Amino acid sequence: MTTKTLTVVRDLLATNKQAAAAIREELRTRGILGVNLLSSPGSGKTTLLEALADRFRDRRRMAVIEGDIETERDAERIRAKGVPAWQITTGGACHLEARMVGKVLGQVPAEIDFLFIENVGNLVCPASYDLGEDLRLVLLSSPEGDDKPAKYPQAFLSADALVLTKTDLLPYLPFDPDRAAAEALSIKPGLKVFAVSALRGDGVDGLAAWLVEALGRLRSDRA
Amino acid sequence: MHELSLVASVFEVLEEKAREHGAARVTRIVLKVGVMSGIVPDLLESAFDIYKKGTPAESARLEIVAVSVGLRCPDCGGTTAREDADFSCAACGSRRVEIVAGRELVVETIELET
Repeated sequence: MTTKTLTVVRDLLATNKQAAAAIREELRTRGILGVNLLSSPGSGKTTLLEALADRFRDRRRMAVIEGDIETERDAERIRAKGVPAWQITTGGACHLEARMVGKVLGQVPAEIDFLFIENVGNLVCPASYDLGEDLRLVLLSSPEGDDKPAKYPQAFLSADALVLTKTDLLPYLPFDPDRAAAEALSIKPGLKVFAVSALRGDGVDGLAAWLVEALGRLRSDRA
Repeated sequence: MHELSLVASVFEVLEEKAREHGAARVTRIVLKVGVMSGIVPDLLESAFDIYKKGTPAESARLEIVAVSVGLRCPDCGGTTAREDADFSCAACGSRRVEIVAGRELVVETIELET
């Protein structure tokens, strides 16, 4: 009996990274802006997507991949807006992986502008998994408290934009949007910050305009 | 939170290497885990203990090497190691740093008995 020591150096996330790179390549080739939405459960990801669907109606075409542990509820809400949506139910897994998104990608119509991927509600695990998106949005709703960026730094560090949601509740809560934004910016300088109330429609135009700009950049880089 | 599924990926690597080398037992595994990987070493050890039963790694020793955050500063060229979530350059204070270490999830070394 002999003992053998092997130097392996195998990246356990390599499979996900490869799948994500393939998705990114395909989306760019098709001229689609991929957007991954991260947040805790109940912070308003689906409601924000509904508001964007209203904002983009007859102007821009979008599709949505919904990630949840159980139920088709979110996809049904999006479809009710006339937007194609696919539900991935992870059956317990705490995040989406690129492979799951890749399986749905073939069904996504070619002629869309935006593919939104709503991750499983969780401010921890989804941050570690690239889904091949071009932009990552992290949402923080006013009831959650303005002290969250430093408590969940990975999510904020990995994001391109912070969307402060449920601003219509600000009069009733001790949430300070400036403090939340400043804390997030100390973790990720250059993070773009939006404040929205998706229910009232406040601030949705600014976010929509920023997404349209990003789409324009993606398409001009491709040309 | 997804330590068990990660351990499943570790075992894919172990089984592949054991097969390749005709090994009956895996005796030691070294994993490099970045402090920013979102993986908790204690939970990883528990998940490993659950998963290893009845496998060639049943009596294997799991060693987890924590990798601290490494930053490279594009402004001054300095490198910084951090234990906390302070993403700034120790030399010039710039926050435009690039993260070059701390996200690792790597099977580094495997010891086999053949």
